[in-house]
Amino acid sequence: MVLLWQGTGTAPGTTRRRSQTMNVEADTTSDKNAQYAHPERLVTTQWLADHLGTPGLVVVESDEDVLLYETGHIPGAVKIDWHTDLNDPDVRDYVDGARFAELLGSKGIARDTTVVVYGDKGNWWAAYTLWVLSLFGHEDVRLLDGGRTLWIAEGREVTTDASRPTAVEYPVVERDDTTLRAFKDDVLAHLGNPIVDIRSPREYNGELAHMPDYPNEGALRTGHIPTARNVPWATAVADDGTYRSRAELEAIYQSGGLGLKDEDSVITYCRIGERSSHTWFALKHLLGIDRVRNYDGSWTEWGNTVRVPIVKGDEPGELPG
Amino acid sequence: MADDHSDDVPETFARIRADFLELSQQDRLLLLLDFSRELPELPERFASDPELLERVEECQAPVRAFTEVDPAGIVHFYASAPPEAPTTRGFAAILAEGLAGLTAEQVLALPDDYPFTLGLTEAVSLLRLRGMSGMLDRTKRQVREQLVP
Repeated sequence: MVLLWQGTGTAPGTTRRRSQTMNVEADTTSDKNAQYAHPERLVTTQWLADHLGTPGLVVVESDEDVLLYETGHIPGAVKIDWHTDLNDPDVRDYVDGARFAELLGSKGIARDTTVVVYGDKGNWWAAYTLWVLSLFGHEDVRLLDGGRTLWIAEGREVTTDASRPTAVEYPVVERDDTTLRAFKDDVLAHLGNPIVDIRSPREYNGELAHMPDYPNEGALRTGHIPTARNVPWATAVADDGTYRSRAELEAIYQSGGLGLKDEDSVITYCRIGERSSHTWFALKHLLGIDRVRNYDGSWTEWGNTVRVPIVKGDEPGELPG
Repeated sequence: MADDHSDDVPETFARIRADFLELSQQDRLLLLLDFSRELPELPERFASDPELLERVEECQAPVRAFTEVDPAGIVHFYASAPPEAPTTRGFAAILAEGLAGLTAEQVLALPDDYPFTLGLTEAVSLLRLRGMSGMLDRTKRQVREQLVP
């Protein structure tokens, strides 16, 4: 991972070891999570319950529904909305370093804060927020395994009391759009390397231009990027919404499944990049495939772009000539 | 901008709009949350047979709605959405309150862009507001269908 530490006071050319930047101890309570390549990226609901209020820890809720947080959230959690907070209001892109610094600082998040993200809908938007924080090189950002649904299913405390974080300084950091993020031209140059399309089978084979129930984010053409393999995002989770074990994930994405190798360069995509953030997280942090990029333009860009190659049907298809 | 067409909608819709516009962005969200809590329960005949309601495809949440025109030409709007979709419930509740007691003609005359005049674009986002727009479009279509002799 390329670290862009401009403005953080670290001299150019130096890197920090994660152990030095982790403010709050990693969750080592789960045997399942201990098997992952980067177990410190996940926390269990019990660990979070035990660590609420720990100095240096900020809990962030990111939901599809912009009001869900207000109906009840984990005590002390702050809200970051994928659309109104993380997206630039005009250009289809993420906010810039200055706006990102203002946002995180206002939520009480400093550069070395341990951030735990959770959300609705199977953690789609939580994983997306985690990924955007990673674009800005925020080092210690973790996902709550099972998300909001599991927290509530377990009868854990939620509150409508407003969280009033004390604003802190967050440095203005340049976003790194090359290491974890892919643009359309990157995808074209990547063809021949593994691509994982995590949409539903009917979006993949071209029957639908959008996910069932999401018609506003449709596209003029249907199908998938040539050679992309279809593994719907939910394949990666168990019934309770937590990620499957490392052995199960390996069987899905690595040998016995897609055949992804640790040294592969991989791109994930979906419709606007949120569900694919969830799979990106599994490949990058749970399986430890280092070079995984998320294509946030995804099908709403590809399926509306003139003359890009498209394959229909259930098969990945051939590389364009 | 929205202030320029304060007379283009029936009184309740105009009051709802004025209520939103006088608030800060964050308070507009909280007002929408209040609406979401006030979405009326479905009448028994719909609750026991949800298939009577039409799915609103424009909404990301599973919302169902139906509009009836009674013999006196008065419109009745029914909607249901789950508690984990408060934004959608809020949209439906605004329509339920605004449409109550209106005639079919008044409903058909409602401007299609009403949802976008509530000052919620910044707090909620254009994309999400299209859900309410979709609900209003469907309401008008259903009214139109029932007016056909």
